[in-house]
Amino acid sequence: MSSAAHTPSETSQDLLLSLAGVTKRFGSLVANDAIDLTVHKGEIVALLGENGAGKTTLMNILFGHYVADEGTVTVAGRDGNLEQLEPGAPQAALDAGIGMVHQHFTLAENLTGLDNIVLGTEPIFRLRRDRSSARAKLGELMAGSGLNVDLDQPVYKLTVGEKQRVEILKALYRNARLLVLDEPTAVLTPQEADSLFAILRKLAATGLAVIIIAHKLAEVLAVSHRIAVLRGGAKVGELKTSDANHKSIAELMVGREVPASRRTPRAPGKPVITLADVTIDRGDSRRSLHGVNVTAREGEILGIAGVSGNGQAALAQLIAGLDKPDSGTVEIFGEKVTKFDAHTFAQNGIARIPEDRHHDGMVGSMTVAENIAIEDVRSAEYQKLGFLDFEAIRKRAEHAIADYDVRCPGPDAPARLLSGGNIQKLILARVLEKSPKLILANQPSRGLDVGAQSEVHRRLLEARESGAAIILISEDLDELLTISDQIAVIHAGHITPAMPTDSIDRSELGLMMAGQKAAPHAPDGTTTTKPGETA
Amino acid sequence: MEIIDILLAASFWEAAIRIATPLIFGVLGALICERAGVLNLGIEGIFTAGAMAGWMAVWLGAGLWGGVLVAALAGAFFGLIHAILTVPLGLSQHVSGIGVTLLATSLSYFTYRTALPDVSSPPRIEPFRPLDIPFLSDLPFIGQALFSQTAMTMLALVLVFVTGWVLYRTPLGLAIRAVGDNPSSVEAQGLSVYGLRIGAVVVGSSLMALGGAFLTMSAFDAFFFGMINGRGWVCIALTVFASWRPGKALIGALLFGAFDAFQVRLQTEVGAFLPSQVFLMMPYILSIIALIVVARKADYPKALLVPWFKGQR
Repeated sequence: MSSAAHTPSETSQDLLLSLAGVTKRFGSLVANDAIDLTVHKGEIVALLGENGAGKTTLMNILFGHYVADEGTVTVAGRDGNLEQLEPGAPQAALDAGIGMVHQHFTLAENLTGLDNIVLGTEPIFRLRRDRSSARAKLGELMAGSGLNVDLDQPVYKLTVGEKQRVEILKALYRNARLLVLDEPTAVLTPQEADSLFAILRKLAATGLAVIIIAHKLAEVLAVSHRIAVLRGGAKVGELKTSDANHKSIAELMVGREVPASRRTPRAPGKPVITLADVTIDRGDSRRSLHGVNVTAREGEILGIAGVSGNGQAALAQLIAGLDKPDSGTVEIFGEKVTKFDAHTFAQNGIARIPEDRHHDGMVGSMTVAENIAIEDVRSAEYQKLGFLDFEAIRKRAEHAIADYDVRCPGPDAPARLLSGGNIQKLILARVLEKSPKLILANQPSRGLDVGAQSEVHRRLLEARESGAAIILISEDLDELLTISDQIAVIHAGHITPAMPTDSIDRSELGLMMAGQKAAPHAPDGTTTTKPGETA
Repeated sequence: MEIIDILLAASFWEAAIRIATPLIFGVLGALICERAGVLNLGIEGIFTAGAMAGWMAVWLGAGLWGGVLVAALAGAFFGLIHAILTVPLGLSQHVSGIGVTLLATSLSYFTYRTALPDVSSPPRIEPFRPLDIPFLSDLPFIGQALFSQTAMTMLALVLVFVTGWVLYRTPLGLAIRAVGDNPSSVEAQGLSVYGLRIGAVVVGSSLMALGGAFLTMSAFDAFFFGMINGRGWVCIALTVFASWRPGKALIGALLFGAFDAFQVRLQTEVGAFLPSQVFLMMPYILSIIALIVVARKADYPKALLVPWFKGQR
C-alpha cells in the first residue's frame, strides 16, 4: 500500500483542533497525562497505543463524555478563530463539527440508513419529516466521497462495511470538519479496509481532518500523515508517517522491543484430527460446511483463513465436539469418532480458545481461580473426597497468574474485571497447562494489542514446539502468515486444501477469502472444493 | 345457521367494538412504551387507577371530559414512577412494573374505600352517551356498529391514527423507534435517551389509564373492585401480536373484542350442553393460539428491557 499522496500544509491557519495539557485521573489512575495534540485541516492523524493507553479516554474528553481535570480543548470556529470547547457537552462537540465513528456502531438497526442519518438533525416536534433536502445533500456527499450505500435499506440488512459508511455519512451530514474513527478496521475484511482508506484519503484531500484510533501498525502506516503514540496515559512520541517504520512504532507503543514471532522449521508428526468429506447443512452458509477435508498434524499450525461468517463457527463447533456432521467422518488419532460431545473430545486432548472470549471463554461472575478450573472440575486434581478442593484450585490459579502474567487483583477477583488481553491470558493458561494434543484457536488475538498479541503467538508456537496440533481460525492475514505452517481458506462453507505458508501470496489469499479465486490444485491430489461454488 | 346470523348482526359488531375500545387504548399505550424500550407491566394497575380516578372526578362533580383528563393524569403519575425506576435508575422493568400494578391497584381501592366508607352498592354517574351523528348514525349496519358508539370509542380510533402518524411520520416517532432499538444511536445524535424514554412511558401510561376510564365512564357507570379483570395483561399480549404497530394493534383488539362478543352470543345458543366457563375461556385461548402463530417470528424492539446508562456503551 502506498503512503498517502497528499501532504497537508501545517501552517497555523489550518489548525483545526488543539489539545493542550489534557490530564484525566480516575482515582489514583492517571488515564491521560498532560497530552498535547494538534490536528490540521486535511490531515489524517493516527492515534496509536495499546489497550489502556488512554486513547479512548482522550477521545471521550474531546466529545464531552468526560471532563478533563486539567488542560484545554481548542477548536477553530468556522470563521477560523480558535475557541475553547465547552467541556462535558457532547452537543458542543457536535456543533463544533466533530464527528465520531465508534467501534460499536451507534445505529438503530430497525431504521433505514437515511433515518439514522437524519435522526436528531431536525426539530423533534414537527408534524412531518422533510426527506428531499436530506436526500439531495447525501447524494452530493456520496458522489464526492465514494461512500456509496443504499440509504433506503434497513440497517440490519447492510454489511458491516456499509454500516460504517452510514456512520461516516452521519458525521459528514452534520458538516463534520473533524472525523474521529475508533478502531475502524477491526470489523472489516482487508478489501473493505483498503476501500475505507481510499475514501478517507479522498475526504482528507477536500479538507476534512481525520483522527484514526488504531493498533494495527500496517494500516496506520498506510493511511496516516502523522502518528501520535500513547503509552500508559502519556504521549510518548509523535512522528511523521514518512519517518516511521513498523518496528520503531511497535517499540514506542509497547515501551520495549517486541519479539518477532518466528516459526522454526519442524517436521509435522502424525495426524491428530482428520475431517473427511464432512458436511453439516444448517441452511445458512454461516453455519454450514460442504464436503470439507481438514487434517491437523502434531507440531503444526494449520491456519484457516476466511472472512467471519463463512462456516468458521460450524468448523469450530464440530472440532470442539459440540455438533456432529450430517455426513462424512471425523477421526481422532486414526480412530473414527462415533460419539460427538464436548466431554469426549476434551478427554481426547482437544482444547479450545473460543472466538468470543467474554461470552464463551469464561464466566464473568466467577472468580479467576474458578475460571481456571472450570473445564476440569471432574479431574482428581481439583477434588478431595468428591468435593471441590478450593485450596488446590487456588494454588493452581496463583501459578497460572504468575506464569502467564495475568494482570488481576488476585485469584479471588471476579473474572469480569479483567481486560480482554488478560482474559485471553487466563484462557491460554487454562488451555495450555493441560498439554493438549490439539488446540482449536478461534480468532485468538482479535482485539488484542500488540503486546498481548505477540504473547498469544509465542504461547501457540511453544505449544507447537512441544508437539501439539493447532488449528488457527483467523481473519488477520498477518497473524496467519506469521505463525501458520499451512493455510487453508474457508469460504461459504468450503475449505481449500492446505497450502504451505511459504508458497502463499498475500493478495491471492485475500481474493480467495473473498471467494473470487479458486485454490491452486492440491499438491497431494486430494479433491479440491472450489470456494464460491455455492452461495 | 346461527353462527352466521351472529356474525352478521350489527349488534354483534357494536359489542365487539365496545369491548375492543379499552384494549385499543391499552395496546397503544403499551406499544408506545415498548417502542421506546420499556416494558410497562404497570398497565393492569394503571387501568385500575384510570378507572377509579376518572369515575371519582365525575362523581365529585367534574364534567365527563374533565374525568378523562384526571384519568390521564393519574396514568401519567404512575407512568412517571415506573419511568424513573426503570430509565435513569435502570431497575428491572418486570419488577418495577408489577410493583406499580400492585401500588396503583391498592391505592385506587384505598382511595375509593376512604372516600366511600359506607356504601354497599357502588354509586353511579351519568356516563358518556352513544353518539347520535346526523346521517352517519342512521346508516344501515355501520350506523349502529360504529357511529352509535360513545365519544371515547371515537377517541380511541382517532388515537390509532395519531399514534401511527407520530411513530412513522414525525421526527419524534423516528427518535422513539431508534431509542427502543439502540439508545446509543440517539445519544450519538445529540438527543436525550432518558428524555425520550421517560416521555414515552408517561404518555403511554396516560393512554392505558384512558382504557380504564372507558370502563367506568362509558361501558359502565360505576367503579367495582376487580373490574379490570386482566384486560391490562391482555394488552401486553396483544402488543406482541400487533408487532408493535398501531394498525395491527387495532386489528388485534377488534379480534379479541369479536371473540368475546361471540362467546357471549354462542353461550345463549349452545349453552345448554357446555358449561359457561368454557365460553369465558374462549377469547383467551384464541389469543394464545394467535400469539403462538404470530409471536414466534415477533421482531421485538432490540433494546426492550435493556437499561441504558449515560457514558456507557
